[in-house]
Amino acid sequence: MDSVFIISYVVIPLLKIAVIVLILSGAIAYLTLLERKVIAHIQVRLGPMRVGWHGLLQPIADGLKFILKEDIVPSRADALVFTLAPIISLVPAFVVFSVIPFGPPGMLEGVLRWALSPFFSPETVQSIVESGSVSGGFVTDINIAVLFVLSVSSVGILGIILAGWASNSKYPLLGALRSSAQMVSYEVALGFSIIGVLLIARSLSLVEIVQKQQQDQLWYIFVQPVAFVLFFICGMAETNRLPFDLPEAETELVGGFHTEYSGFRFALFFMAEYASMITASAMATTLFLGGWLPPFPSVPAFSFLHLVPPVIWFLLKVFLLLYIFIWVRGTLPRFRFDQLMKYGWKVFFPVALGNVLVSAGVLLRFI
Amino acid sequence: MIEPTILDAKEIEINMGPQHPSTHGVLRVKLKIDGEKVRQAECIIGYLHRGVEKISENRNYFKCIPYYDRTDYIAAVSNGLGFILGVEKMAEIQVPERAQYIRIMMTELNRIASHLLWLATHALDIGAMTVFLYCFREREEILKLFEALFGARLTTHAFRIGGLWKDLPPGFVEAVKKFTDEFPARVDEYEQLLTKNRIWLDRTRGIGVISAAEAIEYGLSGPPLRGSGVPYDVRKLRPYGGYENFEFDVPVGKNGDTYDRYLVRIEEMLQSRRIVEQILQKLPSGPIRGKVPRVLKPAAGEYYSAVEGPRGELGYYIVSDGSTQPFRVRIRPPTFISLQVLDRLVRGHLIADVVAIIGTLDIVLGEIDR
Repeated sequence: MDSVFIISYVVIPLLKIAVIVLILSGAIAYLTLLERKVIAHIQVRLGPMRVGWHGLLQPIADGLKFILKEDIVPSRADALVFTLAPIISLVPAFVVFSVIPFGPPGMLEGVLRWALSPFFSPETVQSIVESGSVSGGFVTDINIAVLFVLSVSSVGILGIILAGWASNSKYPLLGALRSSAQMVSYEVALGFSIIGVLLIARSLSLVEIVQKQQQDQLWYIFVQPVAFVLFFICGMAETNRLPFDLPEAETELVGGFHTEYSGFRFALFFMAEYASMITASAMATTLFLGGWLPPFPSVPAFSFLHLVPPVIWFLLKVFLLLYIFIWVRGTLPRFRFDQLMKYGWKVFFPVALGNVLVSAGVLLRFI
Repeated sequence: MIEPTILDAKEIEINMGPQHPSTHGVLRVKLKIDGEKVRQAECIIGYLHRGVEKISENRNYFKCIPYYDRTDYIAAVSNGLGFILGVEKMAEIQVPERAQYIRIMMTELNRIASHLLWLATHALDIGAMTVFLYCFREREEILKLFEALFGARLTTHAFRIGGLWKDLPPGFVEAVKKFTDEFPARVDEYEQLLTKNRIWLDRTRGIGVISAAEAIEYGLSGPPLRGSGVPYDVRKLRPYGGYENFEFDVPVGKNGDTYDRYLVRIEEMLQSRRIVEQILQKLPSGPIRGKVPRVLKPAAGEYYSAVEGPRGELGYYIVSDGSTQPFRVRIRPPTFISLQVLDRLVRGHLIADVVAIIGTLDIVLGEIDR
């Protein structure tokens, strides 16, 4: 029994975490290349072309460069916080992926049976496969996953504020101030935009939300379009992407919070930004676009769509949203931070609140 | 006692520049800010001072021109034209019509190139990076034309006293025609990205407002003045070098804010294209250089020659003592005068707006520092 416990609650989750961390790091690296390529083509140029075929090895060259660069800690900076800040920024972006469902429960059952059967008796294999969320396409399924994601990803902003403060320099300080102003203005609307979905799904577990979308036979974007748009905009604000890249704002604050950072510490901030882009896209996919479900999940005429593995559907949707992130960056100018606050409090927040009220009213009256 | 830190300060002072991506060169602005609100802005200039006015006292008139071409390196063609027109006026040199037409054509192309660079960097400062590369695509076409005629892309020595150095190379007129035909569609592209963009409107409308009366008091000229609604354009009011032969409008704004100055410059590009098209239609043939004495000794006296550069009225005040070298030259650089209004415009705005306002003044440090 002990070996079953160790395998199903220690070994397999650790393996899954390792796979996700590795794939995610690779995805972040290649997301930077994707962004450079897409923006380049929007702007009628080619983007990276030198390292590898059409620049395919560029992320590796970039990573190498970041590691080899001199790592400078300004003499008047608060060295401890200065060192901690990039880590505080990056770790939450990775931690969030522990609850994101890439595939349905039982997705890995076949693989596990194949891998375990040479070593264990059929009964042991059966009990391992059936225990907890071992065979699911996710690390864990907790019943407060939505809250977990919201709270953990907010911690990432703390890294930015600390970085700006610890640098003991004026432009980073202004970047940090902007970041805190930005946080208070979008977080509320972000939270409220999700509530509509929670009311319909009656669950905070991300796996259950997707399963509910399968039962209801439709993606929640069709019943909560306003909430989706709000969530996506606030997600953009959370990831500090243009048009909301106020804490960085190269042309105003010369890099903002990361002005004083160089080398690998800077790379950590960079990775955190791209990781949280993936997080925001994955969350939007799970909550509004039916997670791992194919389009029209329960219509028999479209059952051939089930031939594509669920993970692929999930990744496709995430990729689509990431593309929109990049597209927006290639199109729009930057907000001023007081304008973002104005929109956050005077537009997004009332709309999100109204959306919750209307959704709740409709649910109460008609369903 | 706890030592007061930066966090206790009511007002902090930050240096924007001389190495800052949005000060368009080596401008240094000392900002006193309260939070992000700007209380005071002090411009510190002179990092690029070369003393061209003094240098030209030791050169003969022919050799002065390249120095003036390079004061405003973005609009080298019209800068040279201002000085050359002054010398031609002093020495009473006649310029053939063909040379005049080609000069105006190149000056207007230069105006388009300069405004494109302005739009590119202004949009980039406000965060719209795609406009930047779109503008550079068109600017590249103009620079290729410059290279074909002048042999240089940016540091041109475009015109000579009395006319031109060389006639148009074969295929040049067709290339200009191709550019003018394509250009309006390109401008539509920029406008599609910016003119009705909510964020762009929020960032530019009501930012850096200056009334017509105040703009005149500060001595502004060019788009910053016309954005406030004053239709002052040297090309129209004191036509020089043959501008009286062409039809064009002088666009003016209403509110004198950053958005109006943006609209004025966009329209100016299209008007410049209109002039170039007219030139292509009626370009006369003939000589390209008038009679110029080998040793140029203008009569003693004081002369003022002004042209409408892309940034405003560019004046050359030349004093001759009858020798081959100017006794004194004084430039009226348009952006040196526009820059003094910066402090007045940025007070009460946020740091993000400072960047937008520096952009809207369209400064070139080479010209400010001379």
